[in-house]
Amino acid sequence: MDPARKRTVRLVSALTAALLLAGALIYTSFSASSPAKTPSQLASSAEAGRSYQLTGKVVPGYAHHGDTLDFRVRDRNGTASVPVRYTGTVPDPFRGGREVIVTVRKQGLVYVGERDSLVTKCPSKFSDSKKQT
Amino acid sequence: MPILGRACLILALVACAYGIGAALYGARAGRREWADSGRRAVYAVALLLTVAFAVLELAFLRSDFSFATVATHSSTTTPGFYKGAAVWSSQEGSLLLWAWLLALWSSLVLFLTRHRMRDVAPYAAAVLLGFGAFFIGLLVFAASPFHVLAQAPAEGNGLNPLLRHPSMMIHPPMLYSGYTLFTVPFAFAVGALLARRVDAEWIRSTRRFALAAWFLLGIGILLGARWSYSELGWGGYWAWDPVENASLMPWLTGTAFLHSVMIQEKRGMLKVWNVSLVLATGVLAILGTFLVRSGILDSIHAFGASTLGKPFVAFIALLALGSVVLVVSRRELLRSEARLDSFLSREAMFLGNNLVLVGLCFVVFWGTFFPLISEALTGEKASVGPPWFDRYTVPLALMLVLLSGIGPVIAWRRATPANARRNFLVPVACALVCTAVLLPFGVATKPLSLAMFALAAFVLGTVGQELVRGVRARRAMASESAPVAAVQLVRRNRRRWGGYTIHVGMAVLFVGVAASSTFQHVRDAALVPGQTQRVDGYDVHYVRSFARVADDPDKTGAIMTLGAVLDVSKDGRHVGTLQPARNYYPGSPEDGPVGQFVSGDATSEIGLRAGLRKDFWVAMQPDNVWLQRAIAKANRRDPAKAPLWLAGIAIGYIKQPPPASFRIIASPLVTWIWLGGFIVIGGGLIALWPAPDPARRRVTATLRARVAQELGRA
Amino acid sequence: MEDALAALLIFVVLAVAVALVTQPLRRDRVERLATREQLRREELEAAKEAKYREIRDAEMDYRTGKLSEGDFRALDRQLRGEAVEILRELDRLP
Repeated sequence: MDPARKRTVRLVSALTAALLLAGALIYTSFSASSPAKTPSQLASSAEAGRSYQLTGKVVPGYAHHGDTLDFRVRDRNGTASVPVRYTGTVPDPFRGGREVIVTVRKQGLVYVGERDSLVTKCPSKFSDSKKQT
Repeated sequence: MPILGRACLILALVACAYGIGAALYGARAGRREWADSGRRAVYAVALLLTVAFAVLELAFLRSDFSFATVATHSSTTTPGFYKGAAVWSSQEGSLLLWAWLLALWSSLVLFLTRHRMRDVAPYAAAVLLGFGAFFIGLLVFAASPFHVLAQAPAEGNGLNPLLRHPSMMIHPPMLYSGYTLFTVPFAFAVGALLARRVDAEWIRSTRRFALAAWFLLGIGILLGARWSYSELGWGGYWAWDPVENASLMPWLTGTAFLHSVMIQEKRGMLKVWNVSLVLATGVLAILGTFLVRSGILDSIHAFGASTLGKPFVAFIALLALGSVVLVVSRRELLRSEARLDSFLSREAMFLGNNLVLVGLCFVVFWGTFFPLISEALTGEKASVGPPWFDRYTVPLALMLVLLSGIGPVIAWRRATPANARRNFLVPVACALVCTAVLLPFGVATKPLSLAMFALAAFVLGTVGQELVRGVRARRAMASESAPVAAVQLVRRNRRRWGGYTIHVGMAVLFVGVAASSTFQHVRDAALVPGQTQRVDGYDVHYVRSFARVADDPDKTGAIMTLGAVLDVSKDGRHVGTLQPARNYYPGSPEDGPVGQFVSGDATSEIGLRAGLRKDFWVAMQPDNVWLQRAIAKANRRDPAKAPLWLAGIAIGYIKQPPPASFRIIASPLVTWIWLGGFIVIGGGLIALWPAPDPARRRVTATLRARVAQELGRA
Repeated sequence: MEDALAALLIFVVLAVAVALVTQPLRRDRVERLATREQLRREELEAAKEAKYREIRDAEMDYRTGKLSEGDFRALDRQLRGEAVEILRELDRLP
């Protein structure tokens, strides 16, 4: 095979390999992902057993029962809320009013949080301050 | 004084506009005085931003709460060091820091190159001023650090306690230095394309800037990982969080560039690829800055929604589009001078390295932006977690380490099988020995980790072999002792040996990552003093509890600390003592006369015993129900004696502590990550160190003799 | 009072910035930005440095066993020839 043809073959095979890998990547990302939902979305359309990423604000007045943390998460701009039962590390900034992300699965009326999946967003460092003149 | 700050910002914006015009005119018309004036405009912007930054910094240090930014991010009770660093904990302050660092680095680079690249530098200055204009524009029109409050409050909100840690304070300036420094090669690439001069001189300068940027950004990323591990309560160092990924992406493409530019230098190949890499790195750096502060992706760092999203997106789109147009229009200039001869050559290894790095960047990019992509394609926002990232980055990382072992040892252009045998015997033997040694330890159940260990041994084998052979060669040429020969070897080949050192460091780092993530033991336990928890063959014994009130040795501003003393031993032999604790910070008066002292954010003080072979990491959480009950009881007592009641709670915790929850993590080889990082830093310094300037005197001798002479002197 | 101080500082900073930026424009000599010779010399110097590094690298590769003697001699001759060409071009420049 002359050099030019060899190079073309190499190029084509390399591109094909890259495309296949990219394809695998993209395909698995859709199947391995958890949809992000707000409490109101979850309340209306959650399927039991499927895992979702719940984002919202913690409603003040939560309780620790031994290892388990029971709290409610409400919409960022709203009042609809869902109950969450969570076991695992609770991040330091966790408190009422803070925004959290937690992976949950619907079990009956309660959403069970996946162990150690609770993330509390750093309280607004970079939000626009409303207190400016 | 805020008016001074604001005026400086406006003047800086004007200076940017002027500088762009002057530099472009000077470049187009070939008028040196205008190009110089444009360059000096960059110096002027640096000067003006220095004054503005000083004004803000002083306001923080003096706790001047008439500044809105100071009132919302600092307080009189914030310790001095953190007051100074609180400047960049706010949106406006951090933007100002970014712009200031951009101006400083740009000034330095343009000053150092003022006698060179006279056709390219003015364009580069204009591009850098363009970046400056964007950020200063944001500061002037959207996020002013100099907003004044009509009524200055008596006390500020204070700095988030999570940020009160030295590395958290150095982390942003380091990262920003890396980001801003990556705009420099971007600017010079644009300039070179505009001036139609992409040659050896461009390569030489761009390499240095890119290396410096890569170096600082790398340090910033490492610091972030270290902070996450030693300060946050989850015990990990990397979470594939969008903001972490944002800083990693330009670092990956920057690494790719540093390698592929060597091919261009040697063989005049890959010009389009290199220029594209440099431009992409610059765009990714701005993208990274945007991700952190826009709130478009859910992240632990996500700092709420902000209004800066739209301008940033427009700016990034402009940069990306402009880059593509520029490269396409100059593609004649970027034609390759040579072709790849063989797959078994150093060029091919470098190319492979590039493909892996760009592949890694693509994986990270895809995973990071997936929520937005899936929303655009399916209408539903979905995100992928660390397991997905790990699935793809681990094999790619393995390939990267393998290539870093093969690359330095294989010949340019074409390697012969005989040569390959000679050069790879020892390193492969190292890998096999390593595998054999590790097998009895049950490592075979985790093949990927075992592969990483073996490949790391391979890399160490190749570098060790190079060192031995190099020293031997030097001693044959100039009778020196072995240590002197080694030093001379490195001195005369800084780039190569800096690179080898970095490869070794990365191999060590990856070994640490593999070991600590695969062979970790985690135990959660609720313990009272006297109880013991067994973790990975070690006994962790809860000796006693402790408590501190109004005693703040680390100067974090914590009012109360509740902690535990843990003793780690193995088979009766004492291994270490850990003191995890929880710090409580002041909240608001509505939490009661006693509660207000401790109802604010609480942070974990991690009990960490780092070792070369194993790390013990403990986070503790005192029983919150007990604490709330004690505080509620204390709140009902005489408010005038509130500090006394608080002390009483602390004493109660010492005397009869309720069960506390502990998370104990025993991880092997975590320290190797930081060790590897240090080695990489050392290698970076070796590579960055300016080489002795070969004498440029012209000697009257035949040309060949001159070559020989100049070579000998260098 | 503080306003007056601020105004003064603004003026000073402005004056310094303007002086800094306009200094090149007030020069007597008017120079061309970059002559073709200057740029060519710069390019050749950089190419020379790179070529020297290549020669040293090739020798190091040979001494550490990555190149056979025959390959090295051929490569060294070629690279030194290229270096001589660069020096010749440099000498040709005014």
